Amino acid sequence: MVETPRPKRTFRRPSVIPGFGISFGYTLTCLGLIVLLPLAGLVVKASGLGLSGIWEVATDPRVASALRISFGVSALAALVASAFGFLVAWVLTRYRFPGRKLVDAAVDLPFALPTAVAGIALASLYAPDGLVGAPLAKLGLQVAYTPVGIFIAMVFIGLPFAVRTVQPLIAEIDREIEEASATLGATRLATLTRVVLPPLIPAVLTGFALAFARGVGEYGSIIFIAGNLPYVSEIAPLLIVIKLSEFDYGGAAAIATIMLGISFLTLLAINLIQAWSRRRFGYV
Amino acid sequence: MLHDLSLDVRAGELIGLLGPSGSGKTTLLRIIAGLDAPDRGRILFGDDDATGLAVQERAVGFVFQHYALFKHMSVADNIAYGLNARRRADRPAKAEIKRRVGDLLDLIRLSGFGDRYPSQLSGGQRQRVALARALAVEPRVLLLDEPFGALDAQVRKDLRRWLREIHDRTGQTTIFVTHDQDEALELSDRVAVLDRGRLEQVGTPDEVQEHPASATVMKFLGDSVEVAAIAEGGRVLVRGRATPVVAPAGIIGPVRLYVRPWQLQLAEPEAAHLSGTVRSSYRTQGRQRIEVVDAEGRILAVEDSDGVRYDAGHPVGLRITGGHVFG
Amino acid sequence: MSEIFSPAFVPTAKPGPVASEGAATRSVLIGIAILFLALFLVLPLFAVFTQAFSHGIGAFLDAFREPDAWCAIRLTLTVAAIAVPFNVVFGLAASWAIAKFEFPVKALLITLIDLPFSVSPVVSGLIYVLLFGSQGLFGGFLINHGIQILFALPGIVLATVFVTFPFVARELIPLMQEQGNAEEEAALTLGASGLHAFRTVTLPNIRWGLLYSVLLCNARAMGEFGAVSVVSGHIRGLTNTIPLHVEILYNEYNFVAAFAVASLLAALALITLVLKSVLEWRFAGELAHGRAH
Repeated sequence: MVETPRPKRTFRRPSVIPGFGISFGYTLTCLGLIVLLPLAGLVVKASGLGLSGIWEVATDPRVASALRISFGVSALAALVASAFGFLVAWVLTRYRFPGRKLVDAAVDLPFALPTAVAGIALASLYAPDGLVGAPLAKLGLQVAYTPVGIFIAMVFIGLPFAVRTVQPLIAEIDREIEEASATLGATRLATLTRVVLPPLIPAVLTGFALAFARGVGEYGSIIFIAGNLPYVSEIAPLLIVIKLSEFDYGGAAAIATIMLGISFLTLLAINLIQAWSRRRFGYV
Repeated sequence: MLHDLSLDVRAGELIGLLGPSGSGKTTLLRIIAGLDAPDRGRILFGDDDATGLAVQERAVGFVFQHYALFKHMSVADNIAYGLNARRRADRPAKAEIKRRVGDLLDLIRLSGFGDRYPSQLSGGQRQRVALARALAVEPRVLLLDEPFGALDAQVRKDLRRWLREIHDRTGQTTIFVTHDQDEALELSDRVAVLDRGRLEQVGTPDEVQEHPASATVMKFLGDSVEVAAIAEGGRVLVRGRATPVVAPAGIIGPVRLYVRPWQLQLAEPEAAHLSGTVRSSYRTQGRQRIEVVDAEGRILAVEDSDGVRYDAGHPVGLRITGGHVFG
Repeated sequence: MSEIFSPAFVPTAKPGPVASEGAATRSVLIGIAILFLALFLVLPLFAVFTQAFSHGIGAFLDAFREPDAWCAIRLTLTVAAIAVPFNVVFGLAASWAIAKFEFPVKALLITLIDLPFSVSPVVSGLIYVLLFGSQGLFGGFLINHGIQILFALPGIVLATVFVTFPFVARELIPLMQEQGNAEEEAALTLGASGLHAFRTVTLPNIRWGLLYSVLLCNARAMGEFGAVSVVSGHIRGLTNTIPLHVEILYNEYNFVAAFAVASLLAALALITLVLKSVLEWRFAGELAHGRAH
């Protein structure tokens, strides 16, 4: 007779596939050493300052101004990127036209182009004597070395996020929904605004949040075009670099903590949006 | 792909478009709705020419196979959608819309479900909401595309009966598309059989079953066996023996005779039109069904209610008691 | 009342499908989208190359006659040669553990692996300064033992690994999850060892996804600016990567040289985009879900 052993309670569900221990262990080790330990260092440094210490840094006029510029301009840029991103995603999924695939591939350019390269290219284009900057200067609009330049760079890097989050959802729209709306007498515009758009709002919000978070943290593509005038066009990441060069580790850590806190809240918001969407519509 | 065809639907009738997949029945329905455009031809609603009308102006109620409910709207908002979509001048007052939605919820037996969302409903419930949404606009004609196609067998049966009741109560002119013969025959006042883009026959369920217009209709409406026969003197002969089948006037010579399973009876070999050996025998829904293999290896299904059981391999004769002849 | 569908031979114009916009609206929308993308995305790329060659091919080549440029290129290649393989090994291990096995806190683990994507590049560099800088947590220890991490190759590699950390894993995890365990289990029942099954069954199944993620990982590793700029110290000819070299040239108003060197990175970006698109078109079914266009 064969004695059946009592099933052992294990961390993972038993499987015949080998290699869990080594792959899991290696994963945790790398994650711990490369990601978690250094981030923990930041937390330790920030908690050394205490809430009052962080508050003191945050309310320093130059820091407050930089945070305001980073978050404010990024929100505006994410808004514009979301609007045009939606249009681009719609055109790319719904319409067939020559060169569509080329345009589709071009959307990822900001992902692929190193930020420093994008930065100097934007700076030279929008400089007062640049290809785009010169005509704009004649109209009295200076882009480079102002918050408008920061805005342009942030739209550039945020656009792929806005496009790629809504694109798969537009592709999945059931065309019968639109036909049903039409048979019920709705005009094309009413069908779009009342039937097609509402279910896409969570994806648009997610794309907005991603573009916003990316814009807030962005450095390379902005510093060349921004001009970096304190109180005018100085962004928070640059201030971290400046604090570091002054060996003010505490100040740098405080600004970083505030930025991390906001990105964390943004991530949380994305998750909440998706959970809500899943509950309400049964999909993300 | 549709060939030229003409279908006259009477006011207040429930007509089923029946055909195999690819027969063009859904295309025809979509053309009537204005979702697709015909290369030529006209759509008339009564005396009005609807051909040039956009889908929004046709006042049809279209129920999609997969419901096409608006997932982000409550059940009540879904049903009210067509009324809310009207121009302000034609739009009923809010209270009136609410009342009509309530009536329709009663009609589809989902009172109290108005605040739910489609994702919280079962398939059958979603289908009923889709129907209520289409009825809310008081369409001139209700069009249903495989209305029960996505539902399981029991729900299908219940909904079918219920749809007939609704139709009898509202008198709504209705065209529905199906590939299921039983569904079409049970539900419809008249059935239109389509095959490969052609309209084969239009008639009441009895008419199409008793007088199928073509072999295609005959074959599509149920199991049948094709038997080589001779028409002679108004009679149809199989293997030289007379059958009760009457040959259509003017047809003489070799014909194809189609016989349903219940038009075959077991008989002594010397009095039989056909012969073979029993392959299997089983009871289904109160009837004995016997499968007989003839000399050419064809399987002939026989339905007999006398309850005799035969072992496989037993030689039997079959007598033809009815059938339809096509030249 | 009677409704008729009649075959009367009246030809009618065929309107477009109901569930779309009119042809005019379509053209306008396509036009706006293309104009916007051309202005915001393509024009900067175009600017890099026109500026690089604005003083002719000779001036362009001069930028590469400088030893500092070659040091930067060598350093960038070295960093990528360490960071990319590291992330490949990590990605394979992480996706194997996460996709092939069931265990609690899996979602948390995936979130933590994705974490570097939501951290600003500057902060990604900062955290290593806080650890290894002269006033950092391990600063004193490192100085006492004469170990140089910051402002040297190890720091640059660490920062690069951090910012590229999720690339391979986040492509391979969903891909392996979609593929399931059945093929590996079949190989094991046929007598293959675990390693043999991995080499002969798993790897061939994920090769295009792996290549895809390596492409993106490499582009980011070679192009990273913010994080590397914080930890490198900008020592000319020693700790400057290509992007940092571009920055220095630009800040010295040596625009032609800056854009000439930048055009190297732009070309890399273009090649990456082309290969990525080719993979998406040819092997959509063998990449993680949602990559197909």
